[in-house]
Amino acid sequence: MKTNAVNLTEKEYLLPGNRTCPGCSLSLAYRHILKALEGQVIVTVPASCLTVLHGMYPVTSVDVPCVNTPFASTGASATGLVAGLKALGRKDVTVLAIAGDGGTYDIGIQALSGAAERQEDFIFVCYDNEGYMNTGNQRSGSTPLGAISGTTPMLGKQQNQKDMLAIMEAHGIPYVAAASATHPLDLYEKVRKAKTIKGTRFIHVFTPCPPGWRFSFGDTIRMGELAVQTGWIVLYEVEDGAFRLTSASESIARKGSLRPVREYLMEQGRFNNITEEQISELQERVNARWKRCLDRVTNL
Amino acid sequence: MINKKLDRKADIQILDGNHAAALGAKLSRVQVIAAYPITPQSPVTESLSEFVEGGDLHAEYIAVESEHSAMAVCTSASLVGARTFTATSSHGLAYMHEMLHWVAGTRLPVVLACVNRAIGAPWNVQNDQQDSISQRDTGWIQIYARNNQEILDSVIQAYKIAESVYVPVMVCYDGYILSHTEMPVDVPSQGDVDRFLPPYKPHAILDPANPRNYNLVTLANPRVNADGILCHGYMEIRYLLQEALQKSRETIINVGQEFGKLFARSYANMFWEDRLDDAEIVIVAMGSLAMEATVAVDMLREEGHRVGVLSLRVFRPFPKDYLIEALSKARLIVVFDKNISYGSEGATCSEIKSALYGNRINAVIRNFIVGLGGRDVKAREIADAVRKSLPSLEEGGPNIEYPEWICHM
Amino acid sequence: MVAKSCTHICGESSPGIGEAGKTGEWRTSRPVIDPGKCIPAKRGKPSCFICWLYCPEALISKTIPVQIDLEYCKGCGICMYVCPAQAISMVNEGEFCSEQDGLNRS
Repeated sequence: MKTNAVNLTEKEYLLPGNRTCPGCSLSLAYRHILKALEGQVIVTVPASCLTVLHGMYPVTSVDVPCVNTPFASTGASATGLVAGLKALGRKDVTVLAIAGDGGTYDIGIQALSGAAERQEDFIFVCYDNEGYMNTGNQRSGSTPLGAISGTTPMLGKQQNQKDMLAIMEAHGIPYVAAASATHPLDLYEKVRKAKTIKGTRFIHVFTPCPPGWRFSFGDTIRMGELAVQTGWIVLYEVEDGAFRLTSASESIARKGSLRPVREYLMEQGRFNNITEEQISELQERVNARWKRCLDRVTNL
Repeated sequence: MINKKLDRKADIQILDGNHAAALGAKLSRVQVIAAYPITPQSPVTESLSEFVEGGDLHAEYIAVESEHSAMAVCTSASLVGARTFTATSSHGLAYMHEMLHWVAGTRLPVVLACVNRAIGAPWNVQNDQQDSISQRDTGWIQIYARNNQEILDSVIQAYKIAESVYVPVMVCYDGYILSHTEMPVDVPSQGDVDRFLPPYKPHAILDPANPRNYNLVTLANPRVNADGILCHGYMEIRYLLQEALQKSRETIINVGQEFGKLFARSYANMFWEDRLDDAEIVIVAMGSLAMEATVAVDMLREEGHRVGVLSLRVFRPFPKDYLIEALSKARLIVVFDKNISYGSEGATCSEIKSALYGNRINAVIRNFIVGLGGRDVKAREIADAVRKSLPSLEEGGPNIEYPEWICHM
Repeated sequence: MVAKSCTHICGESSPGIGEAGKTGEWRTSRPVIDPGKCIPAKRGKPSCFICWLYCPEALISKTIPVQIDLEYCKGCGICMYVCPAQAISMVNEGEFCSEQDGLNRS
């Protein structure tokens, strides 16, 4: 039976009263990631918004074990957890590394790449809010072209996002997925699937950020829906090389077409200073990626 | 005194320092090893890989992509309850710097073999002690070996110390001088090491059945937990680390004595003494340099000088109280440092000065910076430096504020 | 100086509700469910629960009627957006000030 809101487990690992901003999609994503892993997990997390969510000593807002690790070391910390568990013969636990885009695309890429090359047996989730939101919204390798941030304050970012999913796929790992916090059942299913696979599994989770992207708290889900509908993000998974579109992206590919990316951009204050040329460039990137997806898809 | 419980007689093997370190880790039954190659440490990691691949050591060997990652692997593996080991040198240790703090702050008994090597720029792969001395404030215990026997013995003792006081231990030994020089090493049997070193009992463990979250943001002031218990602030956690290092001095000595009883090689003090009983001149050195200094003492004694050597075995915690008696009769202390705190002096010299302060020891202290980047330090040069310092003993003799360098400048 | 009752030697935290306090106090508007429109309430059996699925804080119950934990609800309004029956409205907190409502701000 397909998972839906009615039959999805009621067991929660996220406790009420955490420190995230209202409307935080990381909180939503994390809630469903932990559900999917049924609490049989050890988490490692670098400095990030999730550190904020986890709370301050001596109280934590989650009912799962976790070690906080310095910014650059998430992939290595996960490796250590896996190695330690293996050395001690503990087999019933999934290791989950979860980092923001800064901790994945930028400072964390070396340790992650090393771990993926070694085919370490853990799930790495990158929750991507497209900037250093925890430190007040500075640009990262994932901040989009034209977006205003603390370190691109006037003109907006002048470079495009790094394609981290392609980079991870190039490592030849058994499972790569693109999900969105705003599509929680799709995310849940992807984590469930990842749980059953051995080796390094990478799940990219799009996490719209109301204060950082400058939209209102209640619009978090709408922003994710718009992102999918315009092709700003594509929901897919690559399992042993086989590419499948999932959820709303699959529906768009089956019937319908992408809406103009402008519709997505115009909803967010961070794109207030974007130029027409930049919008065109972003639209071209979106079109090119969508075409690549349609060329590769195996489930239509 | 040979303990009757010993499995068998001495097993003398000809080992270089790196193999002695690797063997020490193997005999300690390490469970997770993570390391990255760097000269002159690389043979340690190669030996351990061989032990693991050959099935002689049941451990996970992780060939990480950096030293930062090596220490991150050790941290997390230690937190799920595994005994962990790594080894590095120089830039590798510098690259680990952040993680060294993290391990000590989490109170994880990781053991690291540091093969002492100079730090760039400019590039240099030879020996000095700038690398480990630069990490003295990270909250690690630092033990320095004078020879390969001490390397092996110190690694085994390091686990016992670290797992008793929950402070990580760095076993330091001189690159090439020890790491690549073969000498006879008495290798204890596995059974005897097992008798000495019990399995690792973690103070903290990651377990879904009892979820705990380690190293969250911690406020300056104490905060109440969910059960209403007032827990520490950041400062109390730091205080506890300092307290642990202070108290570890007793543990280090006890472990050294216990080791001595079992293996007939006592490590009952935090420093080694050579002819200090009647010495009015004391040479202070650390690591293999101390062996060279004993040769210098032979020369100087022949000239009628009452000279001895105090060789520091443990640099952190610094054995302040313990040194006072050993230095109480000294009139001149000549400190040789294979490191320099730029703008000040050698680190050992500063420590000795600080230890003597307020203890009514009015010895003159001279400091020589030697052997940086592998510059050979000959016994003759040590003796010359002591002779050069003798005028400081005379009334109104020179009091040199800054260290002197034994180099061509 | 060191708290007597605390035995930690490193930063070891345990799970607890309300780590950030009563986060309901952050709220400027409150979700109010119209039972006349709410699907599970109308059908009288487990159904829909989309608001439960999407709540970032896990504060909505999967019960009939659906209930929101206002002690911790930050008032983001995601539930209002996702409700397929438009059964949830966000009402300014000012309108509840006069009420003797224990769940409201203290």
